[in-house]
Amino acid sequence: MSPEQNHAAGGDATAQYCTFKVDHLLIGIEVWRVQEVIRHQPMTHVPLAPKEVRGLINLRGQIVTAIDVRQWLRLPERSDGGTSSMNVVLRLDDEAISLLVDEAGEVVEPAADTHEGVPSTASEQIRTMFSGTFKLDGALLLVLDTESVTRISGENVAGAPHSATRRAS
Amino acid sequence: MNDDAMNEIVQEFLVETNENLDQLDQDLVALESDPTSSDLLGSVFRTIHTVKGTTGFLGFGLLEGLSHAAENLLSDLRDGRLGLTKERTDVLLEVVDAIRALLSAIEATGAEDDRDLSGLIARINVLQQDPEPVVAEAAHPEPVVAEAAHPEPVVAETAHPEPVVAETAHPEPHRSAGERSVRVDVELLDSMMSQVGELVLARNQVSAHVEMIDNQALHQTVQRLSMIVSELQEGVMKTRMQPVEQLWSKLPRVIRDLAAQFDKMVSLEMEGGETELDRSLLEAVKDPLTHLVRNAIDHAIEQPDARIAAGKPATGTLALRASHEGGQVVLEVADDGAGIDPAKIAAKALERGLVSKGELDSMSEREVVDLIFRAGFSTAQSVTNVSGRGVGMDVVRTNVERIGGTVDLSSAPGTGTTFRIKIPLTLAIIPALLVGCRGQRYAIPQANLLEMVQLRGDGAGSDIERIGGALVYRLRGKLLPLVRLDETLGFAPLAADEQPEAVSIVVLQADGLLLGVAVDEVFGTEEIVVKPLGRHVKQVPLFAGATILGDGDVALILDVIGLAAAARVEEVTAGLALSSDLADDEDRPLERSTFVLLRVGRDRRVAVPLKAVARLEEAPSSSVEQAGSGRVLQYRGDLLRLVALSEILDAACEDAPVGADGGPANIPVVVYSDGERHLGLVASEILDIVEGVFEVRPVGAGPGILGSTVVHGHVTDVLDVDAAFALAGKEPERVA
Repeated sequence: MSPEQNHAAGGDATAQYCTFKVDHLLIGIEVWRVQEVIRHQPMTHVPLAPKEVRGLINLRGQIVTAIDVRQWLRLPERSDGGTSSMNVVLRLDDEAISLLVDEAGEVVEPAADTHEGVPSTASEQIRTMFSGTFKLDGALLLVLDTESVTRISGENVAGAPHSATRRAS
Repeated sequence: MNDDAMNEIVQEFLVETNENLDQLDQDLVALESDPTSSDLLGSVFRTIHTVKGTTGFLGFGLLEGLSHAAENLLSDLRDGRLGLTKERTDVLLEVVDAIRALLSAIEATGAEDDRDLSGLIARINVLQQDPEPVVAEAAHPEPVVAEAAHPEPVVAETAHPEPVVAETAHPEPHRSAGERSVRVDVELLDSMMSQVGELVLARNQVSAHVEMIDNQALHQTVQRLSMIVSELQEGVMKTRMQPVEQLWSKLPRVIRDLAAQFDKMVSLEMEGGETELDRSLLEAVKDPLTHLVRNAIDHAIEQPDARIAAGKPATGTLALRASHEGGQVVLEVADDGAGIDPAKIAAKALERGLVSKGELDSMSEREVVDLIFRAGFSTAQSVTNVSGRGVGMDVVRTNVERIGGTVDLSSAPGTGTTFRIKIPLTLAIIPALLVGCRGQRYAIPQANLLEMVQLRGDGAGSDIERIGGALVYRLRGKLLPLVRLDETLGFAPLAADEQPEAVSIVVLQADGLLLGVAVDEVFGTEEIVVKPLGRHVKQVPLFAGATILGDGDVALILDVIGLAAAARVEEVTAGLALSSDLADDEDRPLERSTFVLLRVGRDRRVAVPLKAVARLEEAPSSSVEQAGSGRVLQYRGDLLRLVALSEILDAACEDAPVGADGGPANIPVVVYSDGERHLGLVASEILDIVEGVFEVRPVGAGPGILGSTVVHGHVTDVLDVDAAFALAGKEPERVA
């Protein structure tokens, strides 16, 4: 049985999440979705691609698209130009996709009763990206809806208040 | 039995049955021309029998019922109790279709859908009790008499009353070779191919590094490693090769159905089906090939009465040919139909606004015929459900060019049309040119590359001009539509002081168009492994894939067709026609041109400019006659004056004189025409049609010869057509 079926069947009441920091946000991704976490890799820029696409990396002979999560969240770029960011490699329907995050954190197993939806006051962009939150001690964990990665198109979600910050090429 | 094991059995059943169904299609169509073949009938019976057995076991009731009915009918056919009529073939083909539909339902949902097959089964049963023969048979217990027209198979069958037993003991004797082969998942093969590709690249890098190390033993080891890798690569490539036959196997059925639909009679000839091709390429040419076949039956082959009126056999012939030609595979679709009438094409193109009257006037016949490949062109007078679905010849050409192939056609009005698709043997590893743009490297498939031009220093920009919003470059006096790669890729223009001191122009060809691409740097060529792009990057039409370069960096592969589309080259080209007076037409010998390559005498090669050629013909020697001082050929109800090139060129000629006894049965004739005058040049063999930039040097120039050039590595004389005629003392004659 594939992990996908396993999790679809088993539910995620006591799911484990890999955590990552992007700017001030703590983001969680179900552990079984994460293939590996690697340090920054040299990247090939893809002209004309959606602006969230930071580039292509060579992952042991496999070409992987790297998504800049800061850009996706419409957050400003880090002062070092993203060279210290980490690659969180996910597997999505047979394709490996890397998410570029600021820092990788530990694996957490939040109690099911701390789960809540994404506050309706959050920006449209955030509400399309995350499926829910967990109220951890001293922090709020945003659970990434991995399906939303496939919907990245470079367009702002309607009503998103943040303006796109165009990366210098 | 647990679910997984069951699923596996079902999967295996699906794969096997689908294969068998393809065979059934072929067998049934073949049976029509040979209705009593006990081999074919036996094979069809066995296949249906197997389907029935397995479906019963797996609990697919509908399939079982249907195959049971079909089996009964087949059993009567096989034993000669019934004859195979068109109705029976039709219903059996319908059974094949129904089984196929049920199989795809099973594949999708794991169960049969709830279609109603009772009508079909009832019709099978009726056909099994076909009133005329069967009633007669039921009345008289001597069915053999009714079938007396074909006594042999019946006798053979009755002489051996247990053929079924013998056959069920070895259910598929023709597949005994199968014991030596294994079924492998295509994905596994694909991933092996890509790993071997990586291995080859790593090997190349290792070899390069080792060059710098002085160690004899290491060198030897690396050499051996290199050899093994090459062998491995070859081996893996072979596992992906499939015979073209695989692709053709569905066509007899398609052709039969289409011919019936259009009331046409078509016989199919297949030649070279064993020619092998990488499976991904086979898949890629499937649609273009099917389209050409459909087109041939829909448009090219005439109705039987029209064919008879034109002096042709009522049954049209469609020939599929496959062969190897210098590292490429050539697939031909040839029909003996009405041919393509350039006048009709011209009128249509004009009506569709694809060309202007002025452009048409300056086009050769060949160029006019080539217009059918333009987007927006479809010659179907009325939209039929076969060819009129918006899929035009332009899509055929685009699909073939995407895999690095070419399509061209030759057609003679009244006698037929031949399409030639040329494709590379394998796609997995391709040579590519690496170019630089704004500090990053991009790969361009070498198949698209024609030449490179470098512009240096202050003059770098001065040959690049703008017409409207479009850039053009003067390449040897001709205007070449040009795109700047950086602009096309969306980079902001550089400030004047940042301009690179040299600009390189890469001249590419795709989609029948020439395109210059200005890049910052050219790095040279590298063998690359094409890898697919992820979903986010795939949306960009400019990239065909990506690859990992020797140093581990990722490079994007430019899609030349996408590039041309992004730059809207067609618009630029249209703009050029209007402002063509801008181009000062220097007649340098370095122009791009097309030649017909001929062999004259034993080994002399001659190139004749295609511009001057109206047609290439093979004429029976017997039709050559003496008229006055010269020889003439009866040609399309006219007389065509013949000139033997061997006489003009004084070539050491072993060929018997034209028309003499003992000469070859057919002579190749190049029909030269300048619009009103025609003349036949007789060669020993028509070798090829070549296109490219050929520098004609004065070496070897002489009477009738402009000079020589090198084609395919051979020194080739370039014929001066007019001078040759003058030399022969025969001005091209007016043919009334």
